[in-house]
Amino acid sequence: MTPRYPPEMLSVLDRPNSYIGKTVPRPNLDRLMQGRGLYVSDLELPRMAHVVFLRSPHAHARILGIEMSAARRMPGVIAIVSGSELASVITPWVGVLSHLKGLKSAPQSAIAIDRVCWQGEAVAAVVAASRAQAEDAAERVSVEYAALDAATDMLTALDPATPVIHGSLGDNLAFERNHDAGNVDQAFADADAVVEAEFVFGRHTGVTLEPRSVVADWNAGEARLTIYQGTQAPHMVQNIAALHLGLNESQVRVVCKDVGGSFGIKVHIYADEMATYALAKLLRRPIKFVADRVESFNTDIHARDHRCKGRIGVKRDGAITAFEIDDLTGIGPYSMYPRTSAIEANQVVNLVGGPYVTRNYRARARVVFQNKNVMCQYRAVGHPIACSVTESLVDLAAMKIGIDPIEIRRRNLIADDAYPCVSPSGLRFEQLSHHAALAKLVKMMEYDRLRAEQAILRAKNIHRGIGIASFIEVTNPSAAFYGVGGAKISSQDGVAVRLDAQGSVICQTSITEQGQGSESLTAQIVGSVLGVSMDRVRVVLGDTDNTPYGGGTWASRGAGIGGEAALQASKALRKNVLDVAAAILQSTPGELEIVNGRVVSVADGTPRIELSELARIVYFRPDTLPPGIQPELMATRHFVPREYPFAFTNGVQASWLEVDTDTGFVKLLKHWVVEDCGTIINPQLVDEQIRGGVVQGLGAALFEKCVYDERGQLTNANMVDYLVPMPGEMPDIDVGHVVSPTLESELGAKGAGEAGTAGAAAAVSNAVNDALMPLGVTITEIPLTPQVILTALGKI
Amino acid sequence: MKASAFAYARATSVSEALELLVVHGESAKVLSGGQSLMPAMNLRLISPEFIVDIGGLTELGGIAVERGILTIGALTRHVDLLKSTEIAAHAPLLTQAVAHIAHPAVRNRGTIGGSLAHADPASELPACMITLGAVIIARGPLGERRIAAEEFFRGIYETALLPHELLVAVELPVAPEGSTHFFHEFSRRRGDFAIVGLAAQAIVRDGQFVDLRLGFFAVGDRPLLAKSGSKLIGVPVTRTVLSEACSALSEELSPMGDQQATPAMRRYLAKILLARCVGSLLSRADLGLGGEE
Repeated sequence: MTPRYPPEMLSVLDRPNSYIGKTVPRPNLDRLMQGRGLYVSDLELPRMAHVVFLRSPHAHARILGIEMSAARRMPGVIAIVSGSELASVITPWVGVLSHLKGLKSAPQSAIAIDRVCWQGEAVAAVVAASRAQAEDAAERVSVEYAALDAATDMLTALDPATPVIHGSLGDNLAFERNHDAGNVDQAFADADAVVEAEFVFGRHTGVTLEPRSVVADWNAGEARLTIYQGTQAPHMVQNIAALHLGLNESQVRVVCKDVGGSFGIKVHIYADEMATYALAKLLRRPIKFVADRVESFNTDIHARDHRCKGRIGVKRDGAITAFEIDDLTGIGPYSMYPRTSAIEANQVVNLVGGPYVTRNYRARARVVFQNKNVMCQYRAVGHPIACSVTESLVDLAAMKIGIDPIEIRRRNLIADDAYPCVSPSGLRFEQLSHHAALAKLVKMMEYDRLRAEQAILRAKNIHRGIGIASFIEVTNPSAAFYGVGGAKISSQDGVAVRLDAQGSVICQTSITEQGQGSESLTAQIVGSVLGVSMDRVRVVLGDTDNTPYGGGTWASRGAGIGGEAALQASKALRKNVLDVAAAILQSTPGELEIVNGRVVSVADGTPRIELSELARIVYFRPDTLPPGIQPELMATRHFVPREYPFAFTNGVQASWLEVDTDTGFVKLLKHWVVEDCGTIINPQLVDEQIRGGVVQGLGAALFEKCVYDERGQLTNANMVDYLVPMPGEMPDIDVGHVVSPTLESELGAKGAGEAGTAGAAAAVSNAVNDALMPLGVTITEIPLTPQVILTALGKI
Repeated sequence: MKASAFAYARATSVSEALELLVVHGESAKVLSGGQSLMPAMNLRLISPEFIVDIGGLTELGGIAVERGILTIGALTRHVDLLKSTEIAAHAPLLTQAVAHIAHPAVRNRGTIGGSLAHADPASELPACMITLGAVIIARGPLGERRIAAEEFFRGIYETALLPHELLVAVELPVAPEGSTHFFHEFSRRRGDFAIVGLAAQAIVRDGQFVDLRLGFFAVGDRPLLAKSGSKLIGVPVTRTVLSEACSALSEELSPMGDQQATPAMRRYLAKILLARCVGSLLSRADLGLGGEE
């Protein structure tokens, strides 16, 4: 028996047999690997019908009439429903939040009424016994349109000559934010060099493996709607569905089983999902909607369509004096509901210059409407824009004054002992570790050796580049994100744990699982704190009837907020268990401890009573307990950070790549990430989160773009023409860590979901420009396609 | 994305398949490996009323070598081409090219007959056929026709096949003694359709080309057997000669623009590809991309 320590001397995370910081297999792995996952597509309910949405081929058009009679006669057709018919059961919405001052949008309906505003907006719902029959019938619905002028180019969206998409709003400006900190003009005047550039970011999307899917089941008998949906935020869906269907939240249950990837795509409420809920109520039967790949491209939110002018001032010694940006983004015809489409631009303003000490920062961000698919929050909202602009400017400044990219960062990154501090945009940092991360990165990548190799290869006309990108990442948002703006999106999460009659644990949590490991991290925390093995912890997620109320999994908040709730609930249950054990054993709780599913003596580790025996007594022979003892073998705790509105993580990424200057092709050779997400619960899950995030960032850097023509037609809405990053083109990604736990929680976890995406594209852009430096070419546009590179090189 | 309703018959013999094609005419489509047909149907780009599935016709399978001719049955799957020792020995260009066709899942199902009859101008096998001087064998109700590969491809998804004909096999002359080959394609990702591709076969003696056949693909509406290759045959290849050949190649091309490349970029990349091909086949790094001496 190993020596025992009084439990109070160890943190709950360091207890014997702790799972914290250990790579353990995810509890759901066997189930998923054996094909026993349950996705919405798998669901078959009695009397279930399938809906297919007939979608507008026009970017902007008036609907003059919809002829449905031929379609109604098609085999299997149950109903064909227009926007105005559906409006009898569901109300429209406006995607604004009060804390984003001036943000405006127009009422949006579940199905378009009178007018369509983007190619892909639904104009009618065709409900049939099968998806194939619904598609057959949809081909027979004829819609008469009168095409309207479309506003598609964000650069001209505010021009007087451009049609105003929503007349009632007066113009196409959805939101503008201006920020001015320090003395920017003086700082630029004091600089020895000022560099400016305009950065272009391609519009892209999330491409989840499983498309958006809903089964909505209205049970008229109990006046209750059950929504089965792959979502990141079940309680938010419950609130919104109830609000617009005229129900109480208690009349709506949201069930979220397995989800095939989300990345922020599934944290919103889409018009077609609202229509599916409404159809279930209207037709009084279960309705299934599974987006196909083409409509996923046309309706899943897009992101990142930004053009940003940036300016940096720098002294000869490398000190950065100021940053200035002017960002423009086009968000489609409506601000998305309920999180709004102003958040990304707002984040860009918040995050530019974030890792650096300079206090002088001026920013303008404008968000405009356009007749394209809606844009909204996708993994690492705003971060890749802010990071690319900042890190490109830093490299351009370094180039201008002739110092090394690592050196300029060393001279300007906020010192690791300078915390807590506030960024020029007013963000409060508790504890970051930029310098430790950079030092670790330099070592991991053997920076000096790589530079030497680069020089040798340059002499042979081989153009390799090194790109560095420091970043910060917003995690663990408090109510400051959405709640203060009036959105009913919870920033707190809850966990309930209980001991069953055989001493196993059932844990219900309000965070959700979409493949990132929420279930595993919850079981690891609960098992560690309670002193039971993970295989005796069963985690229940994704059911508004059966979990505490909470936000869900998004904004890198699952581990930091849901994990802490799990920790506190488990601590409470442990105390309750030990109280009962003490009563049974005529001991005191302080003398007892739970290890490996049994209560043991703290002093010498002697087994005292199995949890199964304790549970047997509590549940079946309470008569044998001492008088006055009422055991509570269930405990619930909720958590939300209160001190800081957001946690911040930080890190640095590096890319090593080769540009074929004859062909414009880029070969990624290696990628490194050092990040600081605070306490690491499961190293493998964290590393894979980072790698997956990096890959999505690399997709943005080199491949992914929603290509619209000038008429607002999406021209590559398929998996052949829209290029997602594939394994063949991906480099090895080495991940290292610095650990600065947050003191806001006992757990200390900050979140790791978006760090990879935040900085990957910036590292690649900088590496490409580093490779092309001898040729005197700088490119500030992504994706860096061969066409873009050859054009910049003057080859075509 | 569900295909429109269609009628389906699985043919049990070539003659039955041909009868079905005669009966259903233009409303019928032949299903072989289904790797192009099924996506097109599911996207409702096409909605054939009748599908003739030839997947069970074992008589259309197999690879054989006889008297200097390599015969490949139409139902031979890409994966079988890739693994075939006969192909590796007698048409090594094909072995190399097939590895570039999409991904393993597609290669496991897709067939050579299907790929050739589909005639996507950006796909690998049609270009290989013209480079290797293949003969396409089509069988119709009145018997077999032999069509030179160069005559077979007529445009985007257009071939010399008549609606009642079935592509049953291809014949290739075995690679000549001492021949060498080059295959490369520029594609955005591994397995994607090429932006520009080149399948070349050559005979090199004493540092000069005795023969050079250049089959370009994704440079027009059909694969192109480049005549400009002849400028490189029987002469010492210098940077100037290479430049002239590249310029001549540019004249021959009529590339189209798409999401990945403008016509100008295709023209440019085709020249790069020719230069790299020549440098590789002659083992001459000094030629570079051609240019002034």
